[in-house]
Amino acid sequence: MERIGFLKTSEAVGIAILAALILIVLPLGLDIFRLNLAGKYLTYAFVAIGLVLCWGHGGILSLGQGMFFGLGGYAMAMFLKLEASSPEATKIQSTPGIPDFMDWNQLTELPWFWQPFHSLTLSLVAVVLVPTAFAFLIGTAMFKRRVGGVYFAIITQAIAAILTILIVGQQGYTGGINGITDLRTLKGWDIRTDEAKYVLYFVNAGLLLAAVAAAYFVRQSKLGRILVAMRDKEDRVRFSGYNVANFKTFVFCLAAALSAIGGAMFTLQVGFMSPSFVGIVPSIEMVIYTAVGGRLSILGAVYGTLLVNWAKTSFSESFPELWLLGLGGLFIAVVLAFPNGLAGIYADTIAPRLSRLLRRARPALGGTVPAGAPAE
Amino acid sequence: MHTIARDAAAPDFLLSVEGLTVSFDGFKAVNDLSFYVDKNEIRVIIGPNGAGKTTVLDLICGRTKATAGSIRFRDIELTRLSENRIVEAGVGRKFQTPSIYEDLTVFENLEISFPRGRSVFGALAFRRDAAVSERIEEIAEMIFLKDHLAERAAFLSHGQKQWLEIGMLLIQDPELLMLDEPVAGMSVAERRKTAELLHKIIVGRSVIVIEHDMKFVEDIAHRVTVLHQGKVLSEGSMERVKNDPKVVEVYLGH
Repeated sequence: MERIGFLKTSEAVGIAILAALILIVLPLGLDIFRLNLAGKYLTYAFVAIGLVLCWGHGGILSLGQGMFFGLGGYAMAMFLKLEASSPEATKIQSTPGIPDFMDWNQLTELPWFWQPFHSLTLSLVAVVLVPTAFAFLIGTAMFKRRVGGVYFAIITQAIAAILTILIVGQQGYTGGINGITDLRTLKGWDIRTDEAKYVLYFVNAGLLLAAVAAAYFVRQSKLGRILVAMRDKEDRVRFSGYNVANFKTFVFCLAAALSAIGGAMFTLQVGFMSPSFVGIVPSIEMVIYTAVGGRLSILGAVYGTLLVNWAKTSFSESFPELWLLGLGGLFIAVVLAFPNGLAGIYADTIAPRLSRLLRRARPALGGTVPAGAPAE
Repeated sequence: MHTIARDAAAPDFLLSVEGLTVSFDGFKAVNDLSFYVDKNEIRVIIGPNGAGKTTVLDLICGRTKATAGSIRFRDIELTRLSENRIVEAGVGRKFQTPSIYEDLTVFENLEISFPRGRSVFGALAFRRDAAVSERIEEIAEMIFLKDHLAERAAFLSHGQKQWLEIGMLLIQDPELLMLDEPVAGMSVAERRKTAELLHKIIVGRSVIVIEHDMKFVEDIAHRVTVLHQGKVLSEGSMERVKNDPKVVEVYLGH
């Protein structure tokens, strides 16, 4: 098997095809409104990739990934909101210089935890660090006590619900049910223009490809195989000298960090963040994207996310009341008929034919096969 | 023949179990148990069902926490350590049913047990170098699986899975190896090969084996400990234990 860096040739080709799709085909084929929508879908793909590692490989099902997506998104939104709330822009408020929703809630000064979000650097650090630290806390508390399986899933769901209630309830500090809206500029650069949307789309696509590569790197490492081993026989891993809780915490934190980056890119591209992306429903939807794509396939997760969201948009434009039923039906169909999702269908039907085709074509190609490092 | 009554503090025991007790809801599965294992000794534990044999192994490897008593391995008190620390101290344990990673290849199964890169970031940075591959091939040869390295472990036969798990322990190079019914469910030919394998792997280490097959026990045991209701009923050479009237009554007689 040839290798390009740490990737198998087939994996490198897969990433290249995805890159061509999201960097060339979509931008050329879609108008800016639709491209911006695709960009929004791709931010969910960060969550789905995290779930492939955490759930597909590690066997840790989290039904609360929305909280990390949301925390990342909120961290970004807090920075943008402070920039939009300059004293000049808010001079009609009773307390100028604080976000509008704070003023409506009779707050007279910026709460302490908003202060760091004046700085872009600190905000970007918070985008990744706050959700990861939160995941670390949950992971350590749960995995050290050997809480796993269904119990872990339920607890993550409960925490997601608590976080939503907290955000909605603390309106003066968080913007409540409306979220943080009316975001305008990033360091003076207007993010609402078409040019900005193009730029943000490409930044997002680039970050997503980096996330895909990072996920492949983790999966091909011994850590990736230990994840699978833990899913199979947790005790055997433990009695082979590994601290199982640390490995679970790591992959849960990694999934959280990826989700958070997606959340921040969502805020930038869509222009707001609200509790409706934090709670149980979005968290479960993200699990469905992963299941549809194939919970063991990193690339499948991206395609699954794109496909389900594209279907969601088209269906809910024509039959809004039917969409939720459709989504539920899709999930049941995938679990029953295609446990490995799109990736499984690809591997069973298309891949064998493709490799036969390639084998026939290879002699003709001669020496153009990339010379990779030996497999072992 | 070994003398059994020895000073408990004698430094040449590899493992000293003293006053070990564990109770589950008042039921004492292991009750004030004491026994000692020498370096390079093969000790076989026998006894009727429910005697507490597997529980003793669970206690030593940290899967079950003791209610009272001590387990000293070299100079380390094991009862207070986590499972992975006990492994690092040099104790390896094989489970009763083959416990291997079915979704991984034989090679990858063995690789995970290779004692390097056991921390999270160590595992991320782990490289499959020549030392690793050579060691895996050496072990695979020993456990009769050299031609199966690239195969998924799920496709191995029952006996081969047992060998693979023994191989995974060997690659850890433990000073104390604990095997829970290693030949259960094996064919006669596989049993013979397993006995041969055990004779090969005891060099430089101690082994505790739980086994029911008396023929096999006679084949490999240096000393035998008979457990009954969580206590030592008899201990000594196979010859001595076999002729102990108490043992005949509760275990061997029927």
